[in-house]
Amino acid sequence: MCLGVPAKVVEFVEGQMAVVDVDGNQVNISIQLVPDVKIGQYVLVHAGFAMDIVDEDWAKETMQLLKQLQPQPQ
Amino acid sequence: MESNKDYISSLLKDIQAETREVVLMEVCGTHTMAIAKSGIRNLLPPNLRLLSGPGCPVCVTAQGDIDAVIDLAERPGIVLVTFGDMMRVPGNKSSLQEARSRGADIRIAYSPLDAVEIARQNPEKEVVFLGIGFETTAPAVAISAEKALQEGLKNYSVLSLHKVVPPALEVIFSDPDIKVDGLICPGHVSIVIGLEPYIKLAQNYHQPCVVTGFETLDILEGIVMLLQQVRQGQAQAEIQYKRVVRPEGNLVAQETLKKVFTTVGARWRGLGFINNSGLEFSQQYEELDARKKFAIPEYEDIPIKGCACGDVLTGRITPHECPLFSRACTPINPIGPCMVSHEGACAAYYRYKIT
Ligand code: SF4
Repeated sequence: MCLGVPAKVVEFVEGQMAVVDVDGNQVNISIQLVPDVKIGQYVLVHAGFAMDIVDEDWAKETMQLLKQLQPQPQ
Repeated sequence: MESNKDYISSLLKDIQAETREVVLMEVCGTHTMAIAKSGIRNLLPPNLRLLSGPGCPVCVTAQGDIDAVIDLAERPGIVLVTFGDMMRVPGNKSSLQEARSRGADIRIAYSPLDAVEIARQNPEKEVVFLGIGFETTAPAVAISAEKALQEGLKNYSVLSLHKVVPPALEVIFSDPDIKVDGLICPGHVSIVIGLEPYIKLAQNYHQPCVVTGFETLDILEGIVMLLQQVRQGQAQAEIQYKRVVRPEGNLVAQETLKKVFTTVGARWRGLGFINNSGLEFSQQYEELDARKKFAIPEYEDIPIKGCACGDVLTGRITPHECPLFSRACTPINPIGPCMVSHEGACAAYYRYKIT
């Protein structure tokens, strides 16, 4: 539940929302908790909300990792 | 990549050189999972132990509160919206999943804003969002409440079982039975609360605290930072996860929490009642409080027979020491929440076969 996923902000939408790109999927999230975010920046997403602006290089690396590391249940 | 490898082996070397008896606690459930998955435990010297703490929000929810939720979901006209993790948590009579199969309208959402949307679309129903989570999740729920209020939605409310982490850490540090030499502090909670609460904890209890990220490299670095402090007899609060966590935290989220909630005493599984550790709607938002709206009484905590989750959550025992672990209790047939939740220590130990 606490998992945070990095996502790139693609477009602002009405109501302090934004479209973000998570690994090719476009998702609508709220940016109310990070009002200063700019298009193209990466944010950490939790429960449909951007929680923080994160370092771009790191975000790219993590997205790469997420792609490779599918969960490995028993 | 190569330099990463070198760096990891130098961190490991440092960790393996430790000869003192050291116990570190990882507070966050996501850490518990990440540590289990990475296999780090197998690389530690036997004198260095990692314990899991009270950082899985589903697991620390009191049994009485779970029973209250399940009864609420079964009331006619109620739509209960919850994060998926809660569905299989056993109550004394049944789980939410079983309640749903009996006909209760229970829906899984990814975001509390989805619950507000459900309320908009179902004006004839009472939509209740189950607010479970720490400081990372509570601001999102607070904003959903603000939205509902602004839009004049009368059929949306939240059962707030939210908890804040620092008071629970004080309980851990004050308990003479729980021996911990340093804390691997939760990365995501700290995005919101920042470093300040840990500075106080480190000072008051003389415990090193390091806010740590979730990659293997982060965790190893966090452990090394803690060991350095232990060796030097220091107790400071530091951030390893600097690329995400700022010392001041997320001020907007902190303001939102302050505006929408007030802190109240709350019951935790394993830790009991802790003052100022729960979040209740402040007066201005009272109409959104499902507890008041539906006059939900306080349910007694009836423990699940044989389940030692409470002791697991406080690091008193490891999951193996529970007699039911991997015998009567498995992820397919979980007895307690620590086996149900994706962040639960029992689930982590089972899934990644930690011996
Ligand atoms: S193994 Fe199962 S019964 Fe034992 S403490 Fe964990 S969740 Fe409870």
